Amino acid sequence: MARIPRWADLILVPLISLLLAGVISALVILAIGQSPMEALTTMVTGAVGSPYAWGYTLYYATSFMFTGLAVTVAFHGSLFNIGGEGQAQLGGLGVALVCLAVPWPHWTLALPAAIIAGAVFGAAWAAIPAYLQARRGSHIVITTIMFNYIGAALIIYLLVNVLRPAGQMDPATARFPAGAALPTLHELPILSAIFDKKIPANVTLFVALIACWLVWLLLWRTRLGYEIRAFGKSEPAAIYAGISPFKVTMLAMLISGGLAGLMSINNVMGESGRLLQNSSEGAGFIGIAVALMGRNHPIGVVLAAILFGILYQGGAEIGLWTSIPIELRTVVQGLVILFTGALDHMVRMVLGLFFRPRRLEAA
Amino acid sequence: MDYATLLQILDSTIRLATPLLLACLAGLYSERSGIFDIGLEGKMLMAAMCTGAVAALTGSVWLGLLAGIAGAVIFAAIHGVASITFRGNQLISGVALNFVASGITVLIAQSLFHQGGRTPPLSGGARFNPITLPFAESLSGVPIIGPLYSEVLSGHGALVYIALLAVPATWWVLYRTRFGLRLRAVGENPASVDTAGISVVRLRYAAVVITGILCGLAGAYMAAGLQAGFGKEMTAGRGYIALAALIFAKWRPWYALMATMLFGFFQALALRPDVIKKTVGFDVPVPALDALPYILTVIVLAGFVGRAIPPRAGGEPYVKER
Amino acid sequence: MKGEIASGRQVTAAPYAIELRGISKAFGSVQANKDISIQVAKGTIHGIIGENGAGKSTLMSILYGFYKADAGEILINGHPTAIPDSQAAIRAGIGMVFQHFKLVQNFSVLENVILGAEDGALLRPSLAKARKVLAELAEEYELDVHPDAVIEELSVGHQQRVEILKALYRHADILILDEPTGVLTPAEADHLFRILRNLKEQGKTVILITHKLREIMEITDTVSVMRRGEMTATVRTAETSPEQLAELMVGRKVLLHVPKGEAKPGRTVLEIKGLRVRDGDKIERLKGIDLTIRAGEILGIAGVAGNGQTELLEVLGGIARGTGTILLNGDSLDLTGKFSDGQSRRRRGISHVPEDRQRLGMIMDFTAWENIAFGYHNDPAYQKNALLMDNGAILEDARGKMERFDVRPPIPSLQAKSFSGGNQQKIILAREIERNPDLLLVGQPTRGVDIGAIEFIHKRIVELRDAGKAVLLVSVELDEIMSLSDRIAVMFDGHLMGTGPAASATQVGLGCLMAGLGGADTRAMAGWDISSDAHEERQATGMRA
Repeated sequence: MARIPRWADLILVPLISLLLAGVISALVILAIGQSPMEALTTMVTGAVGSPYAWGYTLYYATSFMFTGLAVTVAFHGSLFNIGGEGQAQLGGLGVALVCLAVPWPHWTLALPAAIIAGAVFGAAWAAIPAYLQARRGSHIVITTIMFNYIGAALIIYLLVNVLRPAGQMDPATARFPAGAALPTLHELPILSAIFDKKIPANVTLFVALIACWLVWLLLWRTRLGYEIRAFGKSEPAAIYAGISPFKVTMLAMLISGGLAGLMSINNVMGESGRLLQNSSEGAGFIGIAVALMGRNHPIGVVLAAILFGILYQGGAEIGLWTSIPIELRTVVQGLVILFTGALDHMVRMVLGLFFRPRRLEAA
Repeated sequence: MDYATLLQILDSTIRLATPLLLACLAGLYSERSGIFDIGLEGKMLMAAMCTGAVAALTGSVWLGLLAGIAGAVIFAAIHGVASITFRGNQLISGVALNFVASGITVLIAQSLFHQGGRTPPLSGGARFNPITLPFAESLSGVPIIGPLYSEVLSGHGALVYIALLAVPATWWVLYRTRFGLRLRAVGENPASVDTAGISVVRLRYAAVVITGILCGLAGAYMAAGLQAGFGKEMTAGRGYIALAALIFAKWRPWYALMATMLFGFFQALALRPDVIKKTVGFDVPVPALDALPYILTVIVLAGFVGRAIPPRAGGEPYVKER
Repeated sequence: MKGEIASGRQVTAAPYAIELRGISKAFGSVQANKDISIQVAKGTIHGIIGENGAGKSTLMSILYGFYKADAGEILINGHPTAIPDSQAAIRAGIGMVFQHFKLVQNFSVLENVILGAEDGALLRPSLAKARKVLAELAEEYELDVHPDAVIEELSVGHQQRVEILKALYRHADILILDEPTGVLTPAEADHLFRILRNLKEQGKTVILITHKLREIMEITDTVSVMRRGEMTATVRTAETSPEQLAELMVGRKVLLHVPKGEAKPGRTVLEIKGLRVRDGDKIERLKGIDLTIRAGEILGIAGVAGNGQTELLEVLGGIARGTGTILLNGDSLDLTGKFSDGQSRRRRGISHVPEDRQRLGMIMDFTAWENIAFGYHNDPAYQKNALLMDNGAILEDARGKMERFDVRPPIPSLQAKSFSGGNQQKIILAREIERNPDLLLVGQPTRGVDIGAIEFIHKRIVELRDAGKAVLLVSVELDEIMSLSDRIAVMFDGHLMGTGPAASATQVGLGCLMAGLGGADTRAMAGWDISSDAHEERQATGMRA
């Protein structure tokens, strides 16, 4: 394998991957007879060109931070949690139940309760795949995929048959009480000077940033984090050290599921104000791209989440203002995952050419 | 449930099971060679779009089928490059390609037809038309078996019969031919194949291409058999159900047939909630039927009903040891 | 052409079955083979002996087309032959039995044999033919294996026979075996040697790669010695002695002198009674062990790899579960329950330097300082408060330990994988020995370690003993056991064959016990307690399930 410096591995590999994804996307845009430049300018103005645009970008980035962290924590334990989608939707159920159960007087009271509920429900949905992996050796990738579908079916059933208020047609819960509404950035002091219009980005952004910091502490400053990382690198060595594979698998997955569940604070509580079908809208999957792009480090996750926020918001703008369908962002997302997660050896090999002293001449 | 209703449900079971069966057999080749493939969904989608588009443009379902196969094989080849040549993470590659397929199919369909990411509705020679099996007419009078033959088995598109024939064919290839022996060996212990002087890389690419072809058939049937044209995300998770069926079948061809028929039956039942209510006496929620294949697969994965042991070298890139 | 070989006789009659001329191969900066030349006559058994890492396996991999040599040429039956891949090697009549078998576990013997050597696209004729050929080969060479048996149900010895059958089915005239007895019981090894002699009689050429002198002396006609990638000599076996070979192998007198004083055994630290352990496949690996170790002594466990030593270390170290009684300082250890894990063992004062240091002993991607805390990450000294670890304290601790154990380079922030084998071992020893344990478990302390580090490691182990601690040493190197231990126990097939003072142990006597045999040589060892399990006569014992 080509040897490249560590900094290049950390910074250049994701950047080159992004560049490759960008180039291919541009080719795709050209191939369907549209202008890549137009797409890029639309995307940039629509996603970062104004405080209003940032309001959307940061809203998406908030969700992606949570799901990116979820994938990151599991990855460190060498568990590929692909079930963020289902865990986020179940987290949404928890958030909805808490928000509807009590006529909350103020959001500062509702938020902590919703955080607990979202995390617990998300963690619970990760618990069964985690248990099956730890005790029965069932491949967690497959079980979490299955649980995404089972979760979606469960939510649909609950929304249609149980939680839907009488007389309402669409499958959704009732609206949450006003006291459970989270302030958007535009409603917060100081920030309201920047964000002058109603935007979806809300206080959950700060919860997400705190979560990033906590995950960093967890992974590199706590015994549990040490055990998760050790287990992720070598299971036999972990057993030698007296680290329980069962405990680590369960805890890593519960934390991962909990983080995915927390995403629902942002969209269910902060934005839609009620639980809808497919509330996660693919953010669980984008978490995979964010974690890979962010090199499984919380700082990287923050940056990658903002990047994907731009892509998501910018992609929506492209869908709105150009003839390029909004699905372009799914293509870019897939390409980024492909290059950072599956073709990373290829990217490194290419980079290695630049870092290796030319040995051919010497020979 | 009366016999006529049962026949109707069985008829739609076969139609709904066909794409599952083809995709499941597709996955079987790849995974038996040691390459995990959770990108069946994406390949089917790609094939459905290519088939829908070319069949609409040319009016020929067969050209559409070829295009569908080509589309799926391209995606299979990318998966092969990532997981065989560059020894990347096969699971991530599969996930990534599913996303790429989900987006790019809409992009292409939209740029070709400007119909909101759909292809135009297909009809006539642009679809797989029903084939009446020999003696279907004359046997229909025979009690019980007659209608089963003429109404359930007969009258499907060509791909349904190809799918059904692919089961014994796969069994035969796997257990009776040199290629099958090597394929099974490379998925269990690639070093055994390598030391015997056979190229691991070439075998795995061959398997991955077969996976592409079968996914192509599955997608083509979706667009030109089960439905009349391509629509956004039309595979609706069938690639994952096929994957579930593959595990349920423990990577064996005849069991794959049974598993996909079972899952197809659930899908057929989900279309007829009235029948279920009449039969079991209470309302079974449709989402429960939708979730049933996944729940059953989890139970199998948990090892409560016999253990599902995947090919031993599955998911691991092959690196010659020193 | 440089590199005239040592035996250097003129070629007159038949050409050599194999001749290597000036083979060199480098992996990066490591020169694995340096200008190697060998000649092997037809119909002989040629041994290649050398320590681990001497370059034997690389050389054979070149011969089998796995690697391309940087320089040199290969002659088969006198003809220069290019071997770019395994297929070419097979065509040239070379068959290889690898140390780790290349068999498909859930295939039948027949399927494994024909894999890659099928006669056509359909299997049926090939299978029928193979069945017939196998029956003939079985008769000719004592190579009987049931053709329809599934590999995973066969014993290791039988699996090896399948590998030999695979080669013969492909008409191999030259058979290379890489460390073939490492996994065999003595009875299986005897059978293998009978097969090899049969092959020789039928005119086949055999190359046997091993690091065991006894095997070389027993079966080979000629032997080449490798050391650090170079061929140091080729001699006729009949004209050499184990002592001479050992010296050629290591490059100096082999019996390592470990400077140590008289042991002063104190109270009993470890007492094992009726210990039984089953492995992951439910096969019993320890079949009722009784053993005591006292403070201030080193007990060495001698034995061929795979006779239960690993399981003994694992159950004591909290990796495996077992039944029976183990008393540490008079209190029993939990063998199955909540307190049978590595953490509980460390709390009770047991430190463990595992046999496989890269797989078990450290996390190769962690830094050296993170590895210094490995297994002791719950130590209160490493914690800042109830929630957070004190990485600064660990780093400081690592710095001191690495300095005291002369780890080079002494940089705690370096990843474990960037240290050499010897320095990795020193990091582990520093971590385990400085815990000042009541009982130190040490497995293969010097495997893959350079000579300078070996002496350092031995010295540290003796120092711990002199500090009044108990040491359990497991090593497959008999020399290491004999020079380092105060008492020796010999393990065979999950039983202890005998226990006694190291001073009166002889190489021959230990060798008999390691093969599960009693007899005069073992009785000659004064003060030894020989188990009734040790058979007087050589017979088929200990066949695995």
